[in-house]
Amino acid sequence: MDYFLTDEQKTIKSLARQIAEERVLPVRAELDEKEEFPWDIMRELGSSDMFRVFIPEEYEGLGGGCLELCLVVEELSRVCSGVAVSYAASALGCMTLMEYGTDEQKRIFLPGIASGEKIGAFAVTESTAGSDISNIKTTAEKVEGGYLLNGTKQFITNGGEAAIYTVIALTDKTRGARGASAIIVEKDTPGFIFGKKEKKMGIRSSATRELVFKNCLVPEENLLGKPGLGFIQALRLFDKSRPGIGAQAVGLAQGALEAAVDYAEQRVQFDQHIINIQAVQHMLADMAIQTEAARALVYAAARHVDSGAKSVTEESSMSKVFASDTAMKVATDAVQICGGSGYMRDYPVEKMMRDAKILQIYEGTNQVLRNTIALNLRKRKGRTA
Amino acid sequence: MNIVVCMKQVPGTTQVKINPETNSLVREGIENIINPFDAYALEEGVRLREKYGGKVTVVCMGPPQAESALREAISLGADDVILLSDRAFAVADTWATARTLSAAMKKLASYDIIICGRQTIDGDTGQVGPELAEMLEVPFVAYVSNIEEIKESYLRVRRMVEEGHEIIETSLPTVITVAKEINVPRLPSLRGIMKSKNAAITTWTIADLNVSPDMVGLAGSSTQVIKIFFPQRVHRAEILEGDLDTQVDTLIDRLKGANLC
Repeated sequence: MDYFLTDEQKTIKSLARQIAEERVLPVRAELDEKEEFPWDIMRELGSSDMFRVFIPEEYEGLGGGCLELCLVVEELSRVCSGVAVSYAASALGCMTLMEYGTDEQKRIFLPGIASGEKIGAFAVTESTAGSDISNIKTTAEKVEGGYLLNGTKQFITNGGEAAIYTVIALTDKTRGARGASAIIVEKDTPGFIFGKKEKKMGIRSSATRELVFKNCLVPEENLLGKPGLGFIQALRLFDKSRPGIGAQAVGLAQGALEAAVDYAEQRVQFDQHIINIQAVQHMLADMAIQTEAARALVYAAARHVDSGAKSVTEESSMSKVFASDTAMKVATDAVQICGGSGYMRDYPVEKMMRDAKILQIYEGTNQVLRNTIALNLRKRKGRTA
Repeated sequence: MNIVVCMKQVPGTTQVKINPETNSLVREGIENIINPFDAYALEEGVRLREKYGGKVTVVCMGPPQAESALREAISLGADDVILLSDRAFAVADTWATARTLSAAMKKLASYDIIICGRQTIDGDTGQVGPELAEMLEVPFVAYVSNIEEIKESYLRVRRMVEEGHEIIETSLPTVITVAKEINVPRLPSLRGIMKSKNAAITTWTIADLNVSPDMVGLAGSSTQVIKIFFPQRVHRAEILEGDLDTQVDTLIDRLKGANLC
């Protein structure tokens, strides 16, 4: 289907596909098996300018937006969702900086991320604060010379690998969520250490790790925007980043669909290729319909974000929920079509099904996002513009 | 350092088809690509520039559509590209090709190292590199698998030979041909692709080169392709019959008859 992408967007998508097929595909099973962070691929993405895609031109980026980021994430995820999220999380790690940072802050941190030399990460989740993200406990106490961080962040994508972390911490405990602020913490800051690296069901090449702050002193000039706005900044960030998770889901569904069609084309049972069996054909047709619908919604939501629209919460949530539910369904059906072989690690759909599950969980569980959508639905009484 | 890379655009397949009526290669429906060995040459040139500074100039002889290979070269890191294109250059053998390339090198005037792929995947001769060095009267090293060191007017390389490797030192300027073992070519960059789309491609015709028409193209070729054909492949197997002793005797007779034992 023609989504009327510009020449530049087509170039980005096609180069991302080339990288995925030539550099990711040969190693994806090994990366998954060894739970190894894909540094070689990150460097390749860097030298191909893929990290420049989402950075403004004045900070050595290419000035793209949400849609351009989605195109790269989709193509990487079509081959390996673990690689895709490692890439996307670097964008997540600097989006608050891009929106609220001063020119000076952007000049210091963005060029390194644009070149791929440095990777970014975003840290809000804690053991007490998952869906209930306002319940964070990490503090950033204002002291002489900066902010003193104490606390532990959990399940942080790119934890340990990233060089630049955007951390949400309480600068004023007494004010609860209204006392949270976003602060940049660089790797190797004294008092900033890495805890447990998680063993995961899927996206196993990506790094998910605890960040531990023990009297970690961060310069005052690393605070993003005004103190007390951290919670709002985080919510706004996720509003804009959710189409990226949608794109990850679309890519995964596309990869699973392709694998299922390939298998059905060559698998012979009852003296015929199983793609000739109508029961299989209908499953494949449904998978194709759902994947394309998810893609259309994700691109539309990404364009809505890029339009500078004031409110994008509902649209971005819809794209994330629909696409991730689609990815889970399509990956499950792909395993079903591949039968016993599909359940084996020698076939890619087994990994895709494991990878798909997290998409319904992170960056807002699909249940929490449905609450958000319902809330907006009540506000607009179900009417569209 | 002035680095020059020689490049050819070739059909992107080794499964060539021949039109039996015209005895020529069927090019329809086959995408043209940068000769894979030349991609290693370009990558090595770009790496040398990244390490030692200077610039990489890619020179390609071919029809006007070879421009797409040169745009790709820019996306992969080439600074300057020159297309040598003229009807007079057409149907050149390796000698006339090397003559044309050497005339271009002389016009460039300044080069420290000229890097070629070890051979093309269409002609497969591996002759253009050494012929070019001869015509320029500079040293030549073939099948280079690693550039060990470059210092002012001095180069040390490792080359592949049948028994292993040789380390060779040579003066600069020099011509080398590279084997695929030398590097893993990078993928293009987005900025490179965007630059390549608007880049000016310099084209030199025979009028730009100090060379007479009878030195280049078909007229300047010492060899000519009379006919292109697929070798007849005959697979004939014979199953020997009779009991084991009879089969062994028959086999020995046959081998003796063929002077094989």
